[in-house]
Amino acid sequence: MATAVTRQVEARPRSVVTTTPLPKQGWIKEHETVVIGATAVIVFFIAWEGIAAARIMSRLFFPGPVDVWQAFGDWYQSGELGIDITTSAQEFLTGYILAAVVAIPLGLIIGWYGRIRAALDPFITFFYATPRIVLLPLLIIWLGIGIESKVAVVFLGAFFAMVINTTAGVRSLDTSLLRVARSFGAKDLTIFRTIALPGSVPFILTGLRLGIGHALVGVVVGEYVAAQHGVGRMMAIAGNTFQSDKVFAGLIIIALAGLILTYILQRLEHHFDAWRPQQLH
Amino acid sequence: MKLVARDVVIHHRRQRYGDMLLAVDGATVDIEDGEFISIVGPSGCGKTTLLSALDGLIPITSGTLSLNGRTIVKPGPDRAMVFQQPSLLPWRTVMGNILYGLEIQGVKTADAKARAHRLVDLVGLRGFEESFPLELSGGMQQRVNLARALAVDPEVLLLDEPFAALDSQTRETMQGELLRVWNETRKTAIFITHDIVEAVYLADRVVVFSARPGRVKEIVTIDLGRPRDLRIKRDPRFLAIETRIWESIREEAARDTDALAATA
Repeated sequence: MATAVTRQVEARPRSVVTTTPLPKQGWIKEHETVVIGATAVIVFFIAWEGIAAARIMSRLFFPGPVDVWQAFGDWYQSGELGIDITTSAQEFLTGYILAAVVAIPLGLIIGWYGRIRAALDPFITFFYATPRIVLLPLLIIWLGIGIESKVAVVFLGAFFAMVINTTAGVRSLDTSLLRVARSFGAKDLTIFRTIALPGSVPFILTGLRLGIGHALVGVVVGEYVAAQHGVGRMMAIAGNTFQSDKVFAGLIIIALAGLILTYILQRLEHHFDAWRPQQLH
Repeated sequence: MKLVARDVVIHHRRQRYGDMLLAVDGATVDIEDGEFISIVGPSGCGKTTLLSALDGLIPITSGTLSLNGRTIVKPGPDRAMVFQQPSLLPWRTVMGNILYGLEIQGVKTADAKARAHRLVDLVGLRGFEESFPLELSGGMQQRVNLARALAVDPEVLLLDEPFAALDSQTRETMQGELLRVWNETRKTAIFITHDIVEAVYLADRVVVFSARPGRVKEIVTIDLGRPRDLRIKRDPRFLAIETRIWESIREEAARDTDALAATA
């Protein structure tokens, strides 16, 4: 009787996939965006090289792509390239990872406990609104011109974006899920582990992505001001001595680092997009 | 008696206003083991509030609420709620969601898995174990919601308008499905709804609530026999019961409107 109405499942199981073959399209049509983007970049480089080669302006002021490539070669030959990149990378990674390790748990706690949030909110708002780079002179006085002062400024740069986004993640939790957990008799710690933590993951990733930019600013500006090695320091010296091509070389390194790291985080974020309650920036 | 509610008074905190509102004013109902009870009433009559109190999620102001003679003070493994919204954990698969309650209650993984697999079959979700909630239709999400509640093997199943958000066809299918599942498990079930047809079709007895503050206005026994085919909804006896309850609720709704008009 009642079984007569059963099994009328409203969708097909996963294993059954029906596909209609698309009408054949040219490769270019199919990858239109990529093709247009790549063409634009190539045109840009050709135009850049063309203008530079015309030598309307001196090489000192306006190097072309070929000059920049040579600057990379010189940098490498001098033996400084490796040291500079390693130093900057070390500053970035140490500061960034430390920031994540401290900021994520702290953000979770701040999001979860209203009283702790009330106590820490003024400080977080103050620091988030202030460019942390202004603390650099102090950090150099306290920590010297070695990598420690740069690690500190990277840490401060990335930290607040991470904390704020993690907090937002906990606060935007779906209350109906908390109700489910309570209904099953879950203790606070279990609710935290099974709902608050996984529910905040998309927001934590956003914080980590936004932290990259802040951290890179920390590395470069930190090294501009005072450092012994590093990509930023190389750029500062090159800048003071009219070596525009070397400045471009450094710039490309920094841009690539930012691009690659952001891309990785974006892919991770995209993976969790499906259940993100809302976009937050 | 399995479940006893006697002179239950509940004040409900209104989030928006921050005040306490008298939601249920002296509800009394005795529910037997294995009975299927529907509670209907005009919207805002406090039926969901009573259900939350039965689950132990909110405290009662006065009266008695007991299960197997023990006073209900907090959620327990002897009760499980099927929520109005599917409220599934979006980062868990169907299987992960069904296992959620068991996990909280510390049931060993091997036993839990076996039980969850039986429930997947019971609610008709075979082939979807590894799907994520967002890949499922509303009806299927509610099947998971039901399976999750059944997974902890509660003595009493509390259902809070679980089909309210579904389209009418899916809704009928789900009613049939629920009866089939209930028939196999024979859990004591309390089903909240504002749909009279649904209430009559599912229940052994229908409790009609008055307008707010909620009181038990009358209890109608549905002696239609079981199992019930969906066609029974066209039966004259069914229609007679439906009409009677409809009039009873209409009276309440009208009283509520009058009361609003008087205070305005």
